[in-house]
Amino acid sequence: MVTALLLEREGAAPLGAPHMHVREAAEVATRDEASSTIRGSFSLTGVSVAYGRDQVIEGVDMEIPPRSVTALIGPSGCGKSTLLRCLNRMNDELGNVTVGGRITLDGVDIMGKAMDPVELRMRVGQVFQRPNPFPMSIYDNVAYGPRTQGIRRKAELDALVEESLKGSALWDEVKKSLKKHAFELSGGQQQRLCIARALATKPEVILMDEPASALDPISTQQIEDTIAKLKDSVTIVIVTHNMQQAARISDQTAFMLRESLEAPAHLIEIGDTKKMFTNPDDPRTESYITGRFG
Amino acid sequence: MSIPPSHGERRRGRTTMRRAAEGVVLAFIYVCGWLAIIILAAIALFLILNSVRALNEAGLGSMLSGTAWYPTSNPGKFGMLPLILGSLLVTAVALVVSVPLGVAAAVFISEFSGTGVKDIMKSIIEFMAAVPSVVYGLIGVAVVIPLVKDVFALNSGMTALAGGIVLGVMSLPTVISISEDALHAVPFDLRQGSAALGNTRWQTTYKVTIPAASSGIFAAVMLGLGRAIGETMAVLMLTGNAAIMPTSVLESVRTMTGTIAAEMGEVVQGGLHYSVLFAVGLVLFVITFAINLAADLVLEGQRKRWRR
Repeated sequence: MVTALLLEREGAAPLGAPHMHVREAAEVATRDEASSTIRGSFSLTGVSVAYGRDQVIEGVDMEIPPRSVTALIGPSGCGKSTLLRCLNRMNDELGNVTVGGRITLDGVDIMGKAMDPVELRMRVGQVFQRPNPFPMSIYDNVAYGPRTQGIRRKAELDALVEESLKGSALWDEVKKSLKKHAFELSGGQQQRLCIARALATKPEVILMDEPASALDPISTQQIEDTIAKLKDSVTIVIVTHNMQQAARISDQTAFMLRESLEAPAHLIEIGDTKKMFTNPDDPRTESYITGRFG
Repeated sequence: MSIPPSHGERRRGRTTMRRAAEGVVLAFIYVCGWLAIIILAAIALFLILNSVRALNEAGLGSMLSGTAWYPTSNPGKFGMLPLILGSLLVTAVALVVSVPLGVAAAVFISEFSGTGVKDIMKSIIEFMAAVPSVVYGLIGVAVVIPLVKDVFALNSGMTALAGGIVLGVMSLPTVISISEDALHAVPFDLRQGSAALGNTRWQTTYKVTIPAASSGIFAAVMLGLGRAIGETMAVLMLTGNAAIMPTSVLESVRTMTGTIAAEMGEVVQGGLHYSVLFAVGLVLFVITFAINLAADLVLEGQRKRWRR
């Protein structure tokens, strides 16, 4: 019954997995030669988060391999989004949030004084739950990040805008109307615009916080297709309430749970998505994915 | 033997009473709601009726285009242009003062201050709005007039500049609080989206938040303008009140409001001069009404924009 969740996922295994196809392995090798290391891997050690005095997450250890999709699942209020926001230090914006433990991006500590959160966010983009395009044209939305980075040449911006919109599979729908106001797009298009906006800064990682939860099934499908394409070039960490979605699009799945309101949330289990959805180690994971709670 | 009344039947009498009470309350609220409109219409009608004589004898066109205001000469000259330009000049100076200061203060309060500071600032600004205008006038006489006189080496500091500066400070509370509301109404999502793309607080503020709130900030400026153009006491105390065609802000000017306040006490009730002062009031009413209406339309447009 659980296996039925796994639709056609052959060849979607994490990089370096033993059953990887030979062709894929060769591709990885060429990429490795091109850039000596593939960038965009996170490593979390003993990460804890507190809102004021309220400890909400404790002791999370997690490895996020580059160019893969990691899904964070768990019931509402288990700290998935909070953990996600640790990865680009968006919790800093909320104030009153303390993050403990160690988080490294490609081996560099991102929580220390040495890391500027503004610079970090150019490398780790985010797509939010509700589409939040800026009140300006489609073009200006996508060019927003590059312009922040100081890119002014029109030809360069044009190329980035086109590439990013193609990356989020929106180009064909908007290429004739780039000057149109972003609010005129449908919800699903707006969300793909937000993905394009995040891609335009050429990030190594994109964080997605339930990116399809406010969208209809067809738009959701398009977002999922986009994610499947994107993982060739960026690392994706996605929070989702939808377990079928996690099963369809992710390479590894992390299950988080806050067992009581008094206790902080923990990472219960993390592993290969196929294994998590067929043969999880922890009985709580099994209960959750089979729909017994949450 | 009759069946005793059920609980519901016993309550029916009380329900009728309640319906009647509700009808009375509704009628009262209905009348109060319309009262504002009735009063406004009555003011307009009152001004028009009292200006009829001026409109007939002096003529609207010649009053609006006349450059000489000698109401007590014989025959009186009732050219309002010096007064209208005087009001506009003082108001323009006030805007130059209040818009940059007010918008900057609103941005600080909305985007950069902590909760504690924000609350203190907002109550201080409310207090600023409650200070009587004659007090602002006194401070202007004691501080601004000597300052303007010394800085520009003038014979008298009683100028459009002095009046405008004080008027600008007086309209700050309006500009600040409405701009702050407009900035506050910009969804947090947008700020987050910008921050997530590697923008600093200030970059987010000037690239996303201020443009998104621009229509509300525009409305704030318009309402500040309405406040400034209608202000009487401070300008009467500070501008010197010379009813001549103004050529610079360093000259004495007389405003429409100042003229009405200064001359109304000395005119014959029902006379031509009396009626002309009502016509000045009518022009002022039309100007402020148009400004407030424009601001309201813009604000309504903004409200619709974020309702998604």
